[in-house]
Amino acid sequence: MNVYPVRAIYMAEMMRTRRTLLQSVVSPVISTSLYFVVFGAAIGSRIDEIGGVSYGAFIVPGLIMLMLLTQSVSNASFGIFFPKFSGSIYELLSAPISFLEIVIGYVGAAATKSVVLGLIILATARLFVPMEVAHPAWMLLFLLLTAVTFSMLGFIIGIWADGFDQLQLVPLLVITPLTFLGGSFYSIDMLPPFWQGVTLFNPVVYLVSGFRWSFYGISDVSMGASLAMVLLFLFVCLAVIAWIFRTGYRLKP
Amino acid sequence: MSDSIIRIDGLSKTFAGGFQALRQVDLSIQRGEIFALLGPNGAGKTTLISAVCGLVSPSQGTVWVDGFDNVKAYRPARERIGLVPQELTNEAFETVWNTVSFSRGLFGKPPNPTHIERVLKSLTLWEKRNNRLITLSGGMKRRVLIAKALSHEPRILFLDEPTAGVDVALRREMWDVVRELRDHGVTIILTTHYIEEAEEMADRIGVINHGEIVLVEEKHALIEKLGRKQLTVQLFEPLQTLPPGLATFALTQNDAGDELIYSYESATQKAGDGGISALLGALNKAGVGVKDLHTRQSSLEDIFVDLVKERA
Repeated sequence: MNVYPVRAIYMAEMMRTRRTLLQSVVSPVISTSLYFVVFGAAIGSRIDEIGGVSYGAFIVPGLIMLMLLTQSVSNASFGIFFPKFSGSIYELLSAPISFLEIVIGYVGAAATKSVVLGLIILATARLFVPMEVAHPAWMLLFLLLTAVTFSMLGFIIGIWADGFDQLQLVPLLVITPLTFLGGSFYSIDMLPPFWQGVTLFNPVVYLVSGFRWSFYGISDVSMGASLAMVLLFLFVCLAVIAWIFRTGYRLKP
Repeated sequence: MSDSIIRIDGLSKTFAGGFQALRQVDLSIQRGEIFALLGPNGAGKTTLISAVCGLVSPSQGTVWVDGFDNVKAYRPARERIGLVPQELTNEAFETVWNTVSFSRGLFGKPPNPTHIERVLKSLTLWEKRNNRLITLSGGMKRRVLIAKALSHEPRILFLDEPTAGVDVALRREMWDVVRELRDHGVTIILTTHYIEEAEEMADRIGVINHGEIVLVEEKHALIEKLGRKQLTVQLFEPLQTLPPGLATFALTQNDAGDELIYSYESATQKAGDGGISALLGALNKAGVGVKDLHTRQSSLEDIFVDLVKERA
């Protein structure tokens, strides 16, 4: 493991974030704040408490997850897609570095950005809804693991995508529905029994549930199941990336 | 053969579509030389370079870089190589300084601003170091790519058509940079369309066509070996018919009849029909008045065109 290439990639990616601060930080914070205003403050006051938590507070972890997943995927996918698109990826492929160093650089930068965003949104949420975080260490761990895992998924999408439309496709058609249907805005026991069963196949349910537990101590599925799912997903992504670099899939003819 | 820095053994590449870009290429690059790889479009030049640099996975064969297998021992192999690609590709919004420093880090070297400064100055990019790449001209972008390739102090430099679309002044400047690198012991492999470039720069020349190495030869030897010379003899009076004394020489006449063209192999000047002195003697004996003489040696370009045509 050589630290210089990792640092070079990480710093270059963070620099890219800084260049596009408005688009990459300000806009997700504003759009998530709008959710808080509408669902938390305006509509939320008319909805019953869920598990002893006001609706406005209930949706905070879910909204942070929603933002975390979409931002991680889009940021990491763009980070690797763009050099592929412009052709400057030749340098990455000809450099004396392992796939792990490339992944740590790109995914590390994307995940860092997502975690920072998550914390900013958490701080913003407190302006709208009064709440406490019951298990801050678990909260941070979940934030981190989810950001890393979904940045890896984004990285895979960025390599797979052949054009900008495909780059948008997965976040739009897969991530957003899964998050909306993954209990961001409701507790799954509010669903009819059949759909409660179906929804357990949605990995996002475990993320949102575990993350919400770290806030309020209430969850849809057990904490152990949530953690196991995140880790499982993380290793699946890592294995896929290892396979990509071993075979050169969509990278090397 | 003993001191080859790159050895390519039986390298083949068939692309997914079935196109065979390289066929059993064996090639050895000597340490410290400038090697020019010539070939028409689509001959396999870029694929060959890409396979050595790790951009293309070969279907068959092995590449040794300074003794390291470029797949199994990719770290030591690749860290010795700098690659300047053919296409002008770069991160449009980065500054020159950042992108060149990035390349150094990517190749595993600790930051060294002094070296980056030296590289930028040698390529007259120093003034532009804080400019974004998108604001640079094509020639400047090309220099940035070279600077990136040199940022990690490689021992081998690949230049894939380095002077395509570059004006004459810049081309000369780049040649100077390349020579200077060679003086510092860097081995240089360049592909080019400009035969003039190979003729000017290279120590050895390889010709590739249809994915096969057609020929590898020391430049002067190549010109010597394949080069035909032509002697044009201008006469005072046009000749209607050749005097019998000249029949033994391979002569052609121009339409007007006032020029005789004598072709000979430069390497075998003295053999066969006796060469130039015998011809002049014969002309003298036949009483043909000679106004002027001039000789022409075929250039690499002629040789190249002949070679590629012959094997097509």
